[in-house]
Amino acid sequence: MSLYQQLGGEAAVNAAVDIFYRKVLQDERINRFFSGVDMEKQAAKQKAFLTMAFGGPNNYTGADMRRGHAHLVAQGLNDSHFDAVVEDLGATLKELGVSDALIAQVAAVAETTRNDVLGK
Amino acid sequence: MTVIRFQERDFASEAPRTVLESLAEQGIEIPSGCRAGVCQSCLMRCLEGEIPVGSQEGLKPALVAQGYFLACRARPSSDLTVALADAEGLRQKAHVLAVESLNQDIVALRLKPERPLDYRAGQYVRLYRRADLSRCYSLASVPTLDDWLELHIRRIPEGRVSAWVHDQLQVGMQVEIGDSLGQCFYTPGQEEQTLLLLGTGSGLAPLYGIVRDALDQGHRGPIWLYHGSFTAEGLYHQAPLQRLAARFPHFHYVPCVDRASPEALALNARVGSVLEVAVGDHPGFARHRVFLCGHPEMVKDARLKIFLGGASMAEIHADPFLPSGT
Repeated sequence: MSLYQQLGGEAAVNAAVDIFYRKVLQDERINRFFSGVDMEKQAAKQKAFLTMAFGGPNNYTGADMRRGHAHLVAQGLNDSHFDAVVEDLGATLKELGVSDALIAQVAAVAETTRNDVLGK
Repeated sequence: MTVIRFQERDFASEAPRTVLESLAEQGIEIPSGCRAGVCQSCLMRCLEGEIPVGSQEGLKPALVAQGYFLACRARPSSDLTVALADAEGLRQKAHVLAVESLNQDIVALRLKPERPLDYRAGQYVRLYRRADLSRCYSLASVPTLDDWLELHIRRIPEGRVSAWVHDQLQVGMQVEIGDSLGQCFYTPGQEEQTLLLLGTGSGLAPLYGIVRDALDQGHRGPIWLYHGSFTAEGLYHQAPLQRLAARFPHFHYVPCVDRASPEALALNARVGSVLEVAVGDHPGFARHRVFLCGHPEMVKDARLKIFLGGASMAEIHADPFLPSGT
């Protein structure tokens, strides 16, 4: 069974997206990067990100990641911020009762995007 | 590069330009408004080729099925043959039944369309002064309750459409309106859920429709409507809302003013912004269904605060404000 299936597929993404986005918006380390964005559009992006991190269907390319985050890198987005997002993601899954082993797998998928997100 | 065929001429389109941008660069102006896929002014029809991904989002199924798409969202991946939307099919004439003053800045415009308009309470329509001069206004009417369409139109300084409505429109005149648009409306199901509606100024219009629609459809959960204005003079429709609250004990009408005054006191208005007052009344928003309309800053702040207060993003409904300047 794939990671995405083990987590519960789209239903799991839907359950996670509000909790995750709420954590990100309240996380003083990173929420400045989200001020002024259209929340509805951002929620759709969070959903696409979670689907990808859960090992689900996605159309992300490294180039998209670079383009999508370039303006944030210019504002100082760095490894510490990336780590904070991964931490919020882990805490979201913990809250939903996901096992540590699966959380580690999700974190590993998210990790594959680090260099593209940070424009390295 | 792809080719866009329009009115029997070929136009080159370079990625990532949209159909709207490519045609504009080559001297063809398609009517457009928000350029963000919301106002649907740039509706076109695809006659041949693959409709670009994402360019039909928000369109009604009937339009999707007929190959309509939004030129501002369409980034062609293959050659396309396109045409202007059959504007006559979407626009229609309507007769002015009444222009009534609601307060010093806002009038209610009542219209009788030639054909029944298929709409949901809370949606909006485009009102045309001329073919190339139009604005969107929310509907305050409810299709199952009202025999007319009602728009609440605030006079905007230098507003070319609002001034025309306020100063020139008279009973018996004819205007043109577009099709109903927007995703901000009540849907049946979860009748026990709490509904929370926050509006400022003429943003009351769609909320007034949604409240009456929800009550008419048998919503049983508490319904809280907060209507805010700077002063008591900016409030309106207190009498019908108070009558509604008397008739339906689970409906609560809460007028709010930023500045206290004897008039505000007489109306039992609360002092504070709609958001402050609502946050004070509700310990959390975890299972609320929320509708927001009015000042863009209020909508933005309320969306954030209410989401952080526990409401699901999917339960917060607000049609994007469409600023048009004048």
